[in-house]
Amino acid sequence: MTDWLPVDSYLVESLPEIWFGAVMFALTMYIVLDGFDFGIGMLYATRDNDHERETLLSAFGPVWDANEVWVIAFGTMTLAAFPDVYSRLLSDHYFLAIGFVLALLFRGLGPELREQRDDQQWKRYSDYSFIGGSLLSPLLFGMLAGRWVFDAATLSLPALLTGVGLVAVSVVTGAAFLAAKTSPTLAEDISAYGIIATLAYLGGVVVLLATVVITDAGGHAGTILSVPAAAIVGLSVVAGLGGIILAGRGEYRAWLASALALPTLLSLLVALLLYPTIYPPTGLTIQEAVVSPLALNLTTVLGFPVLLLVLWYFKFLYGVFSGPIEGDGYGA
Amino acid sequence: MFAPVQSLLDAGFALSLLDGPAIQLSPEIASRAQFGWTISVHILFAALSIGLAPFIVYFTWKEVRTDDERFTRLRSFWVKVFAAGFVMGTVTGIPMSFQFGTNFPQFSSVAGEMIGGPLAFEAKMAFFLEAVFLGVLLFGRDRVSDRTYVLSSFLVGFGAWLSGFWILVVNSWMQTPQGYEMVMRNGMEVARLTDPIAAFFNPRMTWMYVHMINASVISVALLVAGVSAYIVWKKRDADAWGTALKIAVLILLVSAPLQAIHGDAYARHVEDTQPQKFAAMEGHYETGTADLHLFAIPTDPDAFMRPSEENLFTISLPRVGSFLASGGDFDAVVTGLDEYEQNPPVPLVFWSFRLMVGLGFLFIGLALWGGYLMYRDRLTDSDWYLKAMIAASPLGYAALLTGWYVTEIGRQPWVIQDVLKTDNAVSPTLTGTEATLTLVAFLVIYTGLVLSALYILRWLIEDELRDLGVTESKGHWYGPLPGVSDDD
Repeated sequence: MTDWLPVDSYLVESLPEIWFGAVMFALTMYIVLDGFDFGIGMLYATRDNDHERETLLSAFGPVWDANEVWVIAFGTMTLAAFPDVYSRLLSDHYFLAIGFVLALLFRGLGPELREQRDDQQWKRYSDYSFIGGSLLSPLLFGMLAGRWVFDAATLSLPALLTGVGLVAVSVVTGAAFLAAKTSPTLAEDISAYGIIATLAYLGGVVVLLATVVITDAGGHAGTILSVPAAAIVGLSVVAGLGGIILAGRGEYRAWLASALALPTLLSLLVALLLYPTIYPPTGLTIQEAVVSPLALNLTTVLGFPVLLLVLWYFKFLYGVFSGPIEGDGYGA
Repeated sequence: MFAPVQSLLDAGFALSLLDGPAIQLSPEIASRAQFGWTISVHILFAALSIGLAPFIVYFTWKEVRTDDERFTRLRSFWVKVFAAGFVMGTVTGIPMSFQFGTNFPQFSSVAGEMIGGPLAFEAKMAFFLEAVFLGVLLFGRDRVSDRTYVLSSFLVGFGAWLSGFWILVVNSWMQTPQGYEMVMRNGMEVARLTDPIAAFFNPRMTWMYVHMINASVISVALLVAGVSAYIVWKKRDADAWGTALKIAVLILLVSAPLQAIHGDAYARHVEDTQPQKFAAMEGHYETGTADLHLFAIPTDPDAFMRPSEENLFTISLPRVGSFLASGGDFDAVVTGLDEYEQNPPVPLVFWSFRLMVGLGFLFIGLALWGGYLMYRDRLTDSDWYLKAMIAASPLGYAALLTGWYVTEIGRQPWVIQDVLKTDNAVSPTLTGTEATLTLVAFLVIYTGLVLSALYILRWLIEDELRDLGVTESKGHWYGPLPGVSDDD
């Protein structure tokens, strides 16, 4: 029944590289989309009146769960195409990986619990869970990525800066997303945090890359000084500074577009650094780590059309919940 | 600058308390306990999604078609339960797939080609579908048309059932692996996919899928019946809840007997494909003819640790075990545990199996009792029946969990039957300290999570009662509900 699938050769010769691209695409979707949610969660800490908090939660409510699924897509696609990378990545960074999933747990649970009781104390604890989870999730995920890409220790500068960078870029996208969807006064308030976070992010990236070049972490000094990496960094600076100008002028939809470029470029940089050595700590390359042709061909034929369908769902979801939001809470 | 933090991590400061040989666990035991515990909690919510989905679709469809207030009430209540359960399912589920990597990397490497595809399909085909359309179902009543709304409820349910399908493709392959060959990759012997149809639709797959879907439906029907019975008990004329109780009993009348018939054939299939597990289920120590133990109670405390004919009072049919296992031969030889070097912990498997089967028969009894009352039109009048259903509401889950303990513990010492042993699947770099520390964290956090889920259900019921005009509810949100011990 599967005669039509080649057993000993990939559907196209570069299928392993295409899958590397697909895994990186899922990673990008994750840090962009759940980045909105993390940003909302952290900015939530800056709101002290209940109406504004409810407004933030109503932006978060309908989309966060679907956004979070991208991390499962990223993980399972890695397992399906590069199982040895999956097992090394998670077992080599045991506490970071477990800490990240537990932070995600608290982030997701907070708003759900908050809705259930009209009790100030209860709401306060639920808020701690939401805010703490929203801060720690991108920090730990970023540190995990930093250790992976730069072959660095947990408490080293490259790992920490990658974590902090992901936190900052999440605040930027979350702020831009909220500004585009809320009332002008709230938007203005929130965009101020977005601007600070943009500057922090750009500064962080520069220090991170400088550290990597100086210490040659993961053997990446050469790649970072190459033209493509310089182009990515240059575009990030343009998108970041352009975003600050747009945010200042109150052109929030345009700001959102430029803000989205930041995590996308970050993930492009990660892809550049991981190609072709997909797991720097052991020097494992894409060609060595990839599964056999039949397995990859099957996952391609069954999985890629579904991936397109998923993108259409997201267009539908964000379409249904587009437009300005009011302070009607997490809902349900 | 970070030296103090690092040295604390290295010293495993929290473990100064745990460092005794009695408490600090080996990486293997701690990893297995952690996975077993987290999946036990996660599966409650997964089964809730699977079992509640048809109820939600039905209520939504009836609401949109008839504008009947009863169905608006039921849809709105159970969608809230579904949503809370879905959030719990997501947050408890992500650590599951991560543990394949963090704690069982050798398993991920060996089985990656076989299980990675199905898990990726689950995420892409099922989770996204559920998550996206649940957003619409929860927040979009006024934003989409009736038709899209009903369709959204259907897609959420379809996603839940499809997710179960792909997960069971993975699990059934671990029970009866086929469609692969062993090859070397990066210095390790791993499974290479040779025949996807054989691998995905391995001998166990359909048995497991039917049994699990039906078990979820039974568990949720009992939960719906229990909640309905409680509300009806508090307010007799809550006719929406009388309707819900009736629907749940009707579903139990079909699903509970079906589970027993199917389970009987399933057990024979297990005997064919995993004789060692079957021997543990039956406490069959020595190869030879087997009696069928219909019923067993311990006569000696030893029976809990090593159940056998000397310490059990059993009602047994001599040699019927042989007859059933072989399909018609009373003298057939059934493989005993003495044939194997390493065996699963027999008492856990033996007693879990008996508990599951016993509960299954109890559910048939409850369904028939309810059917009789319904026939006499007294379903909501019988205090005894309402109380029995309230008490039975968590028992479907108990049967579901014990059934999975039979499946998973009964497969030991293998994680993939006859291919990979569990102790070879565990991370070689994981230390006992690390694994014990995260195990404790998961124990604490998931216990809190189960308690929150129970409280959420209680609060939703209290809100519903308030909405129905039952005023005797207490002012405090803590303290036991009258008449309900532990409402799942």
